[in-house]
Amino acid sequence: MSIRHGLLALLEAGPRYGYQLRAEFEASTGATWPLNIGQVYTTLSRLERDGLVRSLPEGDGGQRPYEITDAGRGEVARWFTTPVARSNRPRDELAIKLALALTTPGVDVRAVVQTQRTATMRSLQEYTRLKTRTSDQSDLSWKLVLDAMIFQAEAEVRWLDHCEASLVRYRRAPSAPSPAAAGATAPEAAGTP
Amino acid sequence: MSAPILELHDVHRTHGSGETAVHALRGVSIAVRSGELVGVMGPSGSGKSTLLNLAGGLDVPTSGDVRVAGESLSGMSKRALAALRRRTVGYVFQDLNLLPSLTAVENVALPLELDGRSVRAARQVAQRALAEVGMGELAGRFPDELSGGQQQRVAIARALVGQRRLVLADEPTGALDTQTGEAVLKLLRDRVDAGAAGVLVTHEARHAAWADRVIFLRDGRIVDTSGPLAEPEDLLQPEPSR
Repeated sequence: MSIRHGLLALLEAGPRYGYQLRAEFEASTGATWPLNIGQVYTTLSRLERDGLVRSLPEGDGGQRPYEITDAGRGEVARWFTTPVARSNRPRDELAIKLALALTTPGVDVRAVVQTQRTATMRSLQEYTRLKTRTSDQSDLSWKLVLDAMIFQAEAEVRWLDHCEASLVRYRRAPSAPSPAAAGATAPEAAGTP
Repeated sequence: MSAPILELHDVHRTHGSGETAVHALRGVSIAVRSGELVGVMGPSGSGKSTLLNLAGGLDVPTSGDVRVAGESLSGMSKRALAALRRRTVGYVFQDLNLLPSLTAVENVALPLELDGRSVRAARQVAQRALAEVGMGELAGRFPDELSGGQQQRVAIARALVGQRRLVLADEPTGALDTQTGEAVLKLLRDRVDAGAAGVLVTHEARHAAWADRVIFLRDGRIVDTSGPLAEPEDLLQPEPSR
């Protein structure tokens, strides 16, 4: 997602100043995606250049509100009806790291898996604690953002469990020594109940 | 900091001997204090359930020491161990072990009656315990007249009834749906927050996440621990401006 779509969606509700947009953006995402005001104004300038918003005369406080154009509304509609691509996510760094750990001599792959699992588990614990502190009457947007983070962290832990189980099976197979086995420092991995 | 309610000191548990020996636990040490919920995760065969059975006095270590409320279980008579299990330790298992011929309130009152309380007094305490888990209205029903989630609530009430200071849970959400499972975890969490010590064995990361600390077992050893946690709001602090 780009910030531009988030700001455009907020402008659907009516003209907003930059500071208002920042506050509403952060409120709807529970401050999980903090914006600095410079990012907001840079984005608004680009949106204006592309004809998706137009600036209005300054108000009494010297702040310039922006309003969405018809082209901007079309862009928001297109955004909401297009699925988010699952490629190029930052998470992929982890998959690449594990793939490289398998082929890099001297790397204890199980330790790499465990280190990541502990870190992800800690995040999952913290998201869960935030969720339990959120009352049922709280903002639904924020709860759903939290749930998204919980489900993503859970999926990552499950994938790491799967990686570990696959490593154990791979090392047990006599005809398929792991490329990293030579340098692995977890010799108890094989043959244990 | 309060004294631990549960302590395991260098606990080993070996089944069998010689070449066929299975080392279920190999030198595990943990301490769980009042107000603390510890999650235990690990693959099948890593020693999770063995750890829980040893903590509750259902099994004895091959070597090492298990202490509950400061008392070593290894020196206890069978009678003393049974009393500890009735009074101090509460168990919640995936297999609920509710007696089908007893009503919900009778199931919950049973450990109190076995401990010498009068039937009337035990039933009163049990009724309150059921009300705490939202089952007060259904106290007179038999287990087969209750849904899976309701039966699990009865099992939780039975595990928590009286002055249980240590709650041991093995996959307590079992096959419950997400919402009901979360409600069960919340009951466990509330009891721990009210002063009990808890151990939660699970293979579900989302459930273990309710714990203050999560220990990872592999091949009978603790390989890592996640927690204790900082204030969660720290997680959401804005990063420095880029």
